[in-house]
Amino acid sequence: MSAGHLPRWVDYGLMPLLNLAAAFLVSGLVVLLIGENPLEAVEILIWGSLGWNEGIGFTLFYATNFIFTGLAVAVAFHASLFNIGGEGQAYVGGLGVAIACLALDRFVPWWVTLPFAVLGAAAAGAAWAFVPAVLQARRGSHVVITTIMFNFIAASLMVYLLVNVMGKEGSMQPETRTFEAGGRLPLLQDVIPGLDFGTAPLNLSLILALLASFAVWALIWRTKLGYEIRTFGASPSAAVYAGISPVRITIITMMISGGLAGMMAINEIMGSQHRLLIEFVSGYGFVGIAVALMGRAHPVGIVFASILFGMLYQGGAELAFEKPSITRDMIVVIQGLVILFAGALEQMFRPALIRMFSFARTPATEAA
Amino acid sequence: MFEMMILILDSTVRLSTPLLLACLAGLYSERSGIFDIGLEGKMLGAAFAAGAGAAVTGSAWLGLACGIVVSVALALLHGFASITNRGNQIVSGVAINFLAMGLTALLGQDWFRQGGQTPPLPVEARFTSLDWPFAEALRDVPVIGGLYSELLSGHNLLVYVAFLMVPFTWWALYRTRFGLRLRAVGENPAAVDTAGISVTWLRYRAVICTGILCGVAGAYLSTAQSASFIKDMTAGRGFIALAALIFAKWRPVPAMFACLLFGFLDAVAIRLQGQELPGIGEVPVQFFQALPYILTVVLLAGFIGRAIPPKAGGTAYVKERT
Amino acid sequence: MVPAIELRKIDKSFGPVHANKAIDLTVAKGSIHGIVGENGAGKSTLMSILYGFYRADGGDIVVDGKKVEIEDSKAAISHGIGMVHQHFMLVDNFTVLENVILGAEGGSLLGEGVARARAELKRLEQEYELKVDPDAVVGELPVGLQQRVEILKALFRGADILILDEPTGVLTPAEADHLFRILRVLRDEGKTVLLITHKLREIMAVTDTVSVMRQGAMVATCKTSETSMPELAELMVGRRVLLRVDKKPATPGRTALSVRGLTVRDSRGLDVVKNVGFDLREGEIVGIAGVSGNGQSQLMETLAGIRRAVSGTIEIDGYKVDPTTGAVDPAEMRRLGMGHVPEDRHRMGLVTKFYEYENAILGYHRDPAYGKGAMLDLAAIRETANGEIEKYDIRPPNCQLRTASFSGGNQQKIVLAREIERDPKVLLVGQPTRGVDIGAIEFIHRRIVEMRDAGKAILLVSVELDEIRGLADRVLVMFDGALVGERPPETDEGELGLMMAGVNREAAE
Repeated sequence: MSAGHLPRWVDYGLMPLLNLAAAFLVSGLVVLLIGENPLEAVEILIWGSLGWNEGIGFTLFYATNFIFTGLAVAVAFHASLFNIGGEGQAYVGGLGVAIACLALDRFVPWWVTLPFAVLGAAAAGAAWAFVPAVLQARRGSHVVITTIMFNFIAASLMVYLLVNVMGKEGSMQPETRTFEAGGRLPLLQDVIPGLDFGTAPLNLSLILALLASFAVWALIWRTKLGYEIRTFGASPSAAVYAGISPVRITIITMMISGGLAGMMAINEIMGSQHRLLIEFVSGYGFVGIAVALMGRAHPVGIVFASILFGMLYQGGAELAFEKPSITRDMIVVIQGLVILFAGALEQMFRPALIRMFSFARTPATEAA
Repeated sequence: MFEMMILILDSTVRLSTPLLLACLAGLYSERSGIFDIGLEGKMLGAAFAAGAGAAVTGSAWLGLACGIVVSVALALLHGFASITNRGNQIVSGVAINFLAMGLTALLGQDWFRQGGQTPPLPVEARFTSLDWPFAEALRDVPVIGGLYSELLSGHNLLVYVAFLMVPFTWWALYRTRFGLRLRAVGENPAAVDTAGISVTWLRYRAVICTGILCGVAGAYLSTAQSASFIKDMTAGRGFIALAALIFAKWRPVPAMFACLLFGFLDAVAIRLQGQELPGIGEVPVQFFQALPYILTVVLLAGFIGRAIPPKAGGTAYVKERT
Repeated sequence: MVPAIELRKIDKSFGPVHANKAIDLTVAKGSIHGIVGENGAGKSTLMSILYGFYRADGGDIVVDGKKVEIEDSKAAISHGIGMVHQHFMLVDNFTVLENVILGAEGGSLLGEGVARARAELKRLEQEYELKVDPDAVVGELPVGLQQRVEILKALFRGADILILDEPTGVLTPAEADHLFRILRVLRDEGKTVLLITHKLREIMAVTDTVSVMRQGAMVATCKTSETSMPELAELMVGRRVLLRVDKKPATPGRTALSVRGLTVRDSRGLDVVKNVGFDLREGEIVGIAGVSGNGQSQLMETLAGIRRAVSGTIEIDGYKVDPTTGAVDPAEMRRLGMGHVPEDRHRMGLVTKFYEYENAILGYHRDPAYGKGAMLDLAAIRETANGEIEKYDIRPPNCQLRTASFSGGNQQKIVLAREIERDPKVLLVGQPTRGVDIGAIEFIHRRIVEMRDAGKAILLVSVELDEIRGLADRVLVMFDGALVGERPPETDEGELGLMMAGVNREAAE
């Protein structure tokens, strides 16, 4: 092992943990700043998210959203593509879900609608990622910039559609009619006996999200396509040498990424809201970046990171209820700090750790 | 009709101002090779700080100073992450946007308890419109009166500052040593390094410039255009400014025109809401809202000239072992 | 006379790599001093320390009789040291003038400094025959002129000591000659020139004194007039390496690869491969000799399907392909039996952050042997990798290590094993021993010959003439994108050198 390299457990375990600790430490300082006790806040947060059935239900419901958007960002990461457009892709994904549900809900049971809704969500999300993907692949326009632009275009498009095209007749609300039973995913507690999450909208989408996690793992590490994606991500020139088309991989990867982001809408639209409404994505797409970073772009890490963010969302809501001065905006602050420390400042502790470990190793080497 | 045009142009100027300030802000950073999608966050943080500062001190100038300090602090954070720690510039920008969004709302509620707003500012704590000499007297002169009294006169100081920043930035970029080095470091930092110039310090100075201008942009929103800070009041302007920067191909004078264009679209959208256009019918307001982004994507696609970003943009400088 | 530069016991390590071992060096004022050594001998590191790009771990630098601390390039410049880097440190979209004044603007406003620089450039142009249009955009200039801008940059900053790092790598012979003329003028005007190169011919042609580096150590310094190329070569390598590989005479069979009228254009629109045609037969090694940058890389890449040609045909094992269409890609060429050991294994041949076994299938990952349908069969892949590790003595013998943690020689063996073991009909081999230790070189050479003896056709590109002469059965010489002649490998080195420099084109045809 040469200098500058750290043991794997440090790289994948200790460093993320330190980063996370730093993020939470600063969050604690923010809580102090507004005159509250951080330890008390943590207690409320943990109890609120894990201490009771309904809390757990909400935590997992939010986590479901994060799993989808986190996977979306992660898949693109493996190709060294930064898909910052999860927000827009998820939003348009809602359109796919809504079309499937509105078309079928009155005629068939939910389990017939579901495959169409999944297809609709994935196809719509993928389609929304397609143009930025093509522009990156063929024109070299940076996918970060174009996907940001597409987030805003999606927002305008969806408002237009909901106000002018799909809105419920006789209503000024920018939303569609409520789906009938054929367009609603059952709650988890209605499918699995013995579970009780109170009023939490935790639904079958969680299972779908876990399946998607497994599928992404298999895709990236067990398929030829995944091999090509990773090769391209690690070295575009080696990919060309190996006969892997950068254009093809860029487009396919971005579409898979967009499709995963789009599937987030299954949870929100078909699983919880039962109608398409504006701004239902409300930042989940962006938080997917934090989730993917924290989960190191690995599905297992993403599931854990998603649960953590789910806890933040649910616990944060409880916290805002118990301590009115700590509004839900605190969650946004914590997210920002996690993205900062786990993402942008990821390497901050590396030099110190390297010094520590090379110091620890030197005597051993000499002895050997 | 003429009056209508003047009115639209007048609001174009007002709406363009924050875009222009943020766009020029981004220009300094991106020209130095540091991508900045955190313009939005810096502007928001500055808007809050300026609104809060002006409310507490009763001075627009102290408010502006607060705005600049907060914005520069966020810019330095971006610099620390992307220059010193060589972190991902996009991720850092996203983090700053989140931080600003959360902190402004959280602290706003905690400090002022008005649902995230800062207290409404009295006239003396705002940047109010400056009337040019003879503006009143000339008001009724046809054409000239409209142009002079409405369009040129009667804006607040920060509007003029924003537009004066255009020639200033041009001059700084192309006529000063700092500008030469700034342009060089965004293209080939190794050339700057081997010329005996510190890449780190140069890039830090660039992000500080970005911070200052974003600070002014934020202060404009809360202490000039409005009379208080409102939760999330930047509403995507930082991203439109970013789009304008790309649209202008990272050059100051085109940046002004791009911002004026996007401001104009905004002004027209507000005017035309619910109105039928002859021959076209009602154009949905969302179309105008999306147009800046659509235009930028079309530009990026290379259909109307090509936008090539600074070559070293987005990557941290690492001395290579040759 | 006080020497221009004196280095005392300069030491530098990069992690486990000891790049400079207690280097002593004295450079006389007003001389051209060559530093020669193989790739990786530590020349560039030493010069980077002198120019303040790296800091030495130990030792002293004495400039003009005064001990100095060179913390950064700025300090180096202030001590009158200028450097022309191997990869030019120029801002492409700046004008010559802007590039020259960068860092030496003479005031916080440009106006006055620019005017002064313009005058100074005019003076330098006359004094040293360094003619460049000050208002030309650097990115649009040919490399020879770009290099001149680099020299002007250094002189503009008042450099008395000029370091040139591998300056001719990118130059045509004519440009190189011009450069040497400039260097002599500089010396005659009292400047001191340090020339870093691995090309002995250049050392002999232009230097007054020469120092030899080997494996991070300074092994000798002598007057150029008192030494010879063979002596220097021996010093460089450490022992007399006879690159004579033991091999039987070739027994060429039928034609395996036939290239006709191949022309390749680069992104600047210049023809980099010009109407190239040749035949390669089974059981022979054909070497392409040439100065780096004469189209060999592009030729190889086109044959491998990576680059598109504008005209010409390629026939592999009787199967004709049209290299001018996008339909011919590396995957297709592999299917047709073309193996490819690329020149730059870090950029192309390997993904260094992958596990070793993942690299063992790079380019062949679609092969059903490594998994049915869309899936990968990791067990089968690891088995393949382990087999190759054993057969090619790749160390450490563990396919689950990251490829970056293997040494250069072992990395090259990974690539070679992958390409050879797929049993291609034709093998393209580019710079097979660049950055590879001696032991591995012999192993690699033996493998290539064994492959030939197994009846495969091998096309070898190398900038090391010795390697070409040692391995090849026939030598094609490439100059300025065209094949200028064929010679047997026993041909005198001087004659081949002349051909590589494009001298006797007519004679070759």
